[in-house]
Amino acid sequence: MLNFPLWKQALIWIICIAGLVFAMPNVFYTTVEKHNDAVKALAKGAAETPELAAARDAWPDYLPSDLVNLGLDLRGGAHVLVEVNVADVYQDRLDGMWPAVRDILREQKELFGSVRRQEGENELRVRIGNAEAIGQAVEVVKTLTRPVVTLTGAGARDYDVVAEGDEIVLTMSEAERIATDDRTMLQSLEIIRRRVDEAGTREPTIQRQGADRILIQVPGIGSAEELLALIGRTAKLSFNEVVRQVASPDVAPGLGNIIVPSVNEGEGYYVLKRAPVVTGDMLTDAQTQFDQNGQPAVGFTFNPTGARLFGAHTAANVGKLFAIVLDNQVISAPRIQTAILGGSGIITGNFTVEESGQLAILLRAGALPASIKVLERRTIGPELGQDSIDAGKIAAVVAMVAVVVFMVLSYGLFGMFANVALAFNVVLLFALLSTIGATLTLPGIAGIVLTLGMAVDANVLIFERIREELQRGKGPARAIEIGYEKATSAIIDANVTTLIAAVILFLMGSGPVKGFAVTLGLGIVTSVFTAIWVTRLLIAMWLQARKPKTIEV
Amino acid sequence: MRLKLVPSETNFDFFKRGVITIGLSAVLAVLSVVAFLTMGLNYGIDFKGGSVIRTATPEPVAVSVYRDVLSGLGLGDYNVTEVVDPAAELTDTNRNAVMIRIEQQSDDAETQNDIIAEVKSALESEIDGISFLQTDSVGAKVSGELVVTGIEAVVLAVLAVLFYIWLRFEWQFSLGAVTALVHDVVLTIGVFSVFQIEFNLSIIAAILTIVGYSLNDTVVVFDRVRENLRRFKKKPLQEVLNMSINETLSRTVMTSVTTLLALVALYVLGGDVIRGFTFAMIWGVIVGTYSSVFIASPILLRLGVKRDWDKDSGAAGTQFADVDA
Repeated sequence: MLNFPLWKQALIWIICIAGLVFAMPNVFYTTVEKHNDAVKALAKGAAETPELAAARDAWPDYLPSDLVNLGLDLRGGAHVLVEVNVADVYQDRLDGMWPAVRDILREQKELFGSVRRQEGENELRVRIGNAEAIGQAVEVVKTLTRPVVTLTGAGARDYDVVAEGDEIVLTMSEAERIATDDRTMLQSLEIIRRRVDEAGTREPTIQRQGADRILIQVPGIGSAEELLALIGRTAKLSFNEVVRQVASPDVAPGLGNIIVPSVNEGEGYYVLKRAPVVTGDMLTDAQTQFDQNGQPAVGFTFNPTGARLFGAHTAANVGKLFAIVLDNQVISAPRIQTAILGGSGIITGNFTVEESGQLAILLRAGALPASIKVLERRTIGPELGQDSIDAGKIAAVVAMVAVVVFMVLSYGLFGMFANVALAFNVVLLFALLSTIGATLTLPGIAGIVLTLGMAVDANVLIFERIREELQRGKGPARAIEIGYEKATSAIIDANVTTLIAAVILFLMGSGPVKGFAVTLGLGIVTSVFTAIWVTRLLIAMWLQARKPKTIEV
Repeated sequence: MRLKLVPSETNFDFFKRGVITIGLSAVLAVLSVVAFLTMGLNYGIDFKGGSVIRTATPEPVAVSVYRDVLSGLGLGDYNVTEVVDPAAELTDTNRNAVMIRIEQQSDDAETQNDIIAEVKSALESEIDGISFLQTDSVGAKVSGELVVTGIEAVVLAVLAVLFYIWLRFEWQFSLGAVTALVHDVVLTIGVFSVFQIEFNLSIIAAILTIVGYSLNDTVVVFDRVRENLRRFKKKPLQEVLNMSINETLSRTVMTSVTTLLALVALYVLGGDVIRGFTFAMIWGVIVGTYSSVFIASPILLRLGVKRDWDKDSGAAGTQFADVDA
């Protein structure tokens, strides 16, 4: 048991040394952070300034540069939980159906008589002059509905059409509501992400939570109110005529034209007519479709004004390019194949399904599609975060010293072995946290400090066992061997139970609590490793070197 | 010379004063429940909605000054407390902080943004150099859900552990361990109720950690009981339990002391933001250590254990059980 095979010894040392290497960047936190920012900025194509180059060169590239993320409570920033009122979209969609319903019914004016829209909430209610023909009218309107693909079954259509007296009532089907909610959420997420990214803050978290909520955490931003203002701003979408494509932004665009970069790298810049043909507020919908060849494409629909303008423009410019511009970037520049008169069209290109979905989201991503309710807002000032870090550091050092001294007083040399293992435990914990990109929160620091106290537990268990065996008159090597052997089941059981608590905390907790669960859970894993393997290796090496006749634990 | 908190050989009878220890725990548990029912908990905004503003000023400003400013705003229920942190001088982080808690005005799902803006601007105009270290605002909807999730988490943790111990030991051990856990949780909630310490999300995390820690302790004792039951097949259960607790006593005390050392350092120096959290942990470690000796084992004794559970471990007392995990 104490005779380690060489490969095992080597493995333990390799893990420990790797831990040291990967934990090291955290010691030089600011330098490494600046290095990482500089590398990122340069990769994005920023001009190489002396400051950027200096920041980059301050930390050598061959060393790992992953850092423990500092949570909001340590770095300062804003945390906002919003609820998206997904139902807002329903009425818009139903309103969008009205022109089509009206037109298709008026085509058979002699049969249906007058067609009038009635008041209604979350429904489209249409009265026709001839109540006798209501059944036929429903059938006609049904031809406007489209099948919806759902997981639960085929045959569902996007709108339910029923007759009530002389009125036709159009409502969204359940399947379409779910699909719409989902689209609304994706769209909201995408818009929020773009808005927050624009602000250029470090590592924002934008997550969907549950059916209709979005959690936004932005480190370094002044306040939650600032963040909300940023999100609420509307995006600017327009369709512009393309004059020509250029490689450099420094070309003179000419009178009435503007130069706009392409979102795709390598596509250069576009010279566009400044006055847009159609603007984003005239778009009612966009979604992934497939063209006649079965290729993914993006279908879109304009409102009547947009449809008229777009129709006139496309009719006059077949074969030319037009650009879809979002927030001053050309996201796509398709060629006009035919005049698009119906107010809806399709953008083809070399899209994958994902890309077309993305583009559809972007196209819909004008303003936020639905209103939002702020359920939770938190602002943490950077001073408070720094105070917490400072206090946490001092507490951790004091705790460490106290535990180390106490262990030496109690177990002498063996206490020293446990302390070396403890040091490696902290190192490995930081290495793991950095590599997986975990976030360190204030309760997380508490978790580390607590791990310090609990980490020695496994060694205490082992040492107490060794003491007992020595008292029973066993020789040193034998006593140590039995000590390890017998303590193992207690160590495993005791740590698994704590791990269970940590896992549940992780699954159910949120924010800082989750951060605590991560450090606690990882701390258990590393402490079992260091306590069992590292101390055992140290003791085995010591036994081999000294071959003591008696030992005192 | 070694520091020994517990002599190498002890022979305490942990069941002799069983009436007193169990009685004490029962009385404390009842008191905790009574306190919880009558006084309730001092819920933080995580659980009841509302807003908290933490301010800082270059010079100390009396709480009454804050009250004067706020009283004119028609805020409904609010309170202002000075953040007292003796260790802040040591770590040079004293910012003369003051906490302002404003209750949620209605069952509104949304946060009360306008109120915070109003309070901030009023304070800014009346108190020179004031800055805002932290503003938190939680609407009624989320806070309600957080309560439910918190309770679910604790119950789930206890059930999971019940199952694991049942798997690894016997159901009697499982019941003993879980009773000890419930005891710890109840007493922790009791302390928070009696002293009206703010009860927020991080306290739930602390309680779950206490659950883990207390179990850790209990499991170590039980592990020894399991082993001794195999070694001494004929010994009465009470003797085996006593022997096991005595044998692990040194370890129990050592681990509690190292953990407490770390926690006390954090409590004193870790800053006021996590003080409630560390307080819960310190209390939990003490109660958890106590309960694994004085609650879990007596219950095990009362329930009894099936003794012939492994026939294949050889003659009793002549051979060590094979306890490979």
